[in-house]
Amino acid sequence: VSDELTPSLKAELLAEFEKDWRKDLRRAIPAKERMKTGRRPMPERPPDVRNKDFDEVNLGLDPEEAVEEARRCLDCAKPGCVAGCPVRIDIPSFIKLIEKGDFAASAAKIREANSLPAICGRVCPQETQCEETCNIRKASGVPVAIGNLERFVSDFERREGGIALPEMAPPSGRKAAVVGAGPAGLTVAGELAKHGHRVTVFEALHEAGGVLVYGIPEFRLPKSILQAEVAYLESLGVEFRLNFIVGKTATVDDLRHEGYEVVFIGTGAGLPNFMKIPGENLVGVYSANEYLTRVNLMRAYDFPRYDTPVFPGRRAAVIGGGNVAMDSVRTAKRLGAEKAVIIYRRSRTEMPARVEEVQHAEQEGIEFHFLTVPTRYIGDDHGRVRAMECLRMELGEPDASGRRRPVPVPGSEFLTEVDLVVVAIGQSPNPLLPQTTPGLSVGKWGTIDVDWETMATSLPGVFSGGDIVRGGATVILAMGDARVAAAAMDRRLKAGSAGRDETR
Amino acid sequence: MPRIVRRERLVPNIHLLEVEAPEIARKCQAGQFVIVMPDARGERIPLTIADWDRDRGTVVCIFMAVGTTTRKLALLRGGDDVPIFAGPLGLPSEIRPFGTVLCAGGCFGIAAIHPLVRALKEAGNRVLVLVDVKAGYLLYWADKLRALADEFIVSSRDGTYHSTEYVPRRVREVLERERVDRIHAIGCTYLMSSVAEATRPSGVRTMVSLNPIMVDGTGMCGACRVTVDGKTKFACVDGPDFDGHLVDWNELYARRKSYFDDEIRSLCAWEEENFP
Repeated sequence: VSDELTPSLKAELLAEFEKDWRKDLRRAIPAKERMKTGRRPMPERPPDVRNKDFDEVNLGLDPEEAVEEARRCLDCAKPGCVAGCPVRIDIPSFIKLIEKGDFAASAAKIREANSLPAICGRVCPQETQCEETCNIRKASGVPVAIGNLERFVSDFERREGGIALPEMAPPSGRKAAVVGAGPAGLTVAGELAKHGHRVTVFEALHEAGGVLVYGIPEFRLPKSILQAEVAYLESLGVEFRLNFIVGKTATVDDLRHEGYEVVFIGTGAGLPNFMKIPGENLVGVYSANEYLTRVNLMRAYDFPRYDTPVFPGRRAAVIGGGNVAMDSVRTAKRLGAEKAVIIYRRSRTEMPARVEEVQHAEQEGIEFHFLTVPTRYIGDDHGRVRAMECLRMELGEPDASGRRRPVPVPGSEFLTEVDLVVVAIGQSPNPLLPQTTPGLSVGKWGTIDVDWETMATSLPGVFSGGDIVRGGATVILAMGDARVAAAAMDRRLKAGSAGRDETR
Repeated sequence: MPRIVRRERLVPNIHLLEVEAPEIARKCQAGQFVIVMPDARGERIPLTIADWDRDRGTVVCIFMAVGTTTRKLALLRGGDDVPIFAGPLGLPSEIRPFGTVLCAGGCFGIAAIHPLVRALKEAGNRVLVLVDVKAGYLLYWADKLRALADEFIVSSRDGTYHSTEYVPRRVREVLERERVDRIHAIGCTYLMSSVAEATRPSGVRTMVSLNPIMVDGTGMCGACRVTVDGKTKFACVDGPDFDGHLVDWNELYARRKSYFDDEIRSLCAWEEENFP
């Protein structure tokens, strides 16, 4: 994401900045005063209580706390935060609307740029985005809690009378297909519906949400929040066709023949990576995708009331250092593991997980083994995993990602007893759709090639975004792609058949 | 939600499920499967597509009532809805003019080989069909298969059909008798591995349609991974058909039994809730 704001966005931000109510608020409390108050901590449930159930960990700010936190924002003339936000939310405006006490308007302000604010408020890595570039962080080290405030207003909006319906364009009579009901697909669907187009979302699984429903656990993102967003899209006229696997049930070509003039492919990175080490197919070794899908989508935590089982695991090891690894290890703890550990080949500072997730995991009794990598799994006579051999690593020279490359320490192998292993080392793009869509240009790693200005693929009228294009990124980046794609798709639909080739 | 047109018991414990699924009926080919979930609290399981009617838009699956999911399915009736009936998944079976093909099926596999036999015949093959039943009264779809096959052999271990030999032995008999260019076996893991072992010395390519545990069925989770020729494959997207001589059968047996205790617990809980 570029830090440069477009001139038109700069002008919009400035126009809001110069509104009288904003000036009044700035004048009411001097900046020095604002800087004196510390950041309001996010209220959370006690670690030894929450690590035994699947209820949400964070409780959210109450209105007073939110207003207090909003006062910490200096309402800078040149807001760093907006440049750090991949979808360019007018952050100062929504925060100042909270300070003013107009929560509904604040929520609506976020929705201008972000279709899934209650979700992003919970799962965005704010510390490397808006909060990293917050000018107060630069001055004092402690940024405004932008993510917590985003969560607060969007929760307020949902609880108080629901999500306000946006202005809807008159029906265009044109049809758009969205493949995959994950963050990217849901965003495209909402945007195109607002523009008056008839949108159908095709989803392979039996619930909409993609990674938000099968991947991210209830304790971090309650399903009721996602369901509210899906219900909102339905109220805009979006149709969901669940259990429909584009590429199998019908191809992209079939959809075009059925009158869908534009198609968005947001099928995500649904192909789990394994390390290809001995014993990885032993019983008790899961991909994070399978483990989390069983627990989240299939509700295995409520087995046998729900029919899908999952191994509880007494000694659980999760391989990886990202958010998916944190979700998996905290899930294992909640399902009763006496010992739940993270095995990560680099050191703490290189971990890609959100800082809050790492802190929460530590509080909940998760052990971290850094600079460690599994080399093989050892099974019993029944083919079940019972031990894991690991190797110690040390940090060497920086690699292509700029992080110091872990190098094995010779002779440092050691054995640990495990009965549950979750491999959370990332995913690759799911090949099912590219394989069945002739003419769709795909890159070396199976990602779909796009023109980044419009998110158009090599097939006219077919657009794409999110992890199927990026290989494995974040919810917010998928949403950003989706907004770009939706704008281009809208232009194409409006141009109609005459301008088809020009608007690709 | 997809509507059930018909659900009937064919023979003890083996049931037929016909579902209104026009898109799947239009697309499906021999060797593909659907993912089915019987109710909102159910588990997703794969069922091989045994037949279809493209005009009526219906798809037929045959299943054996063993665990909670299949017991639930066996209680559904025509007119009921089934929350998930998704597909067609997996790669279609390879259909070419091979020459003489021997198709062996047992249990639910008797139905699962049906579309394969039909497609192989249409491609101009001579098709020998060999079905295995534990006892004569468990034979179903004999007329359907007999009508398609160039030769129809039943192996029933109670002697109803003149012999008490298990399928592998009958396969070997055929191989000793005439030249066979290809073999395809579908049924329980034991049947498929036994047939593969029986044909290994002959070197005749023996395909099997594997049935590991699956969750999504679209390559997303990797629950169905199997080792074939030393490499990990996902049965749902790379299969379900593989060369039976290259499959790591011991691994498949172990993985199929992953949740053995849980499956019993689940069934007991369901029975206590519904049949107190």
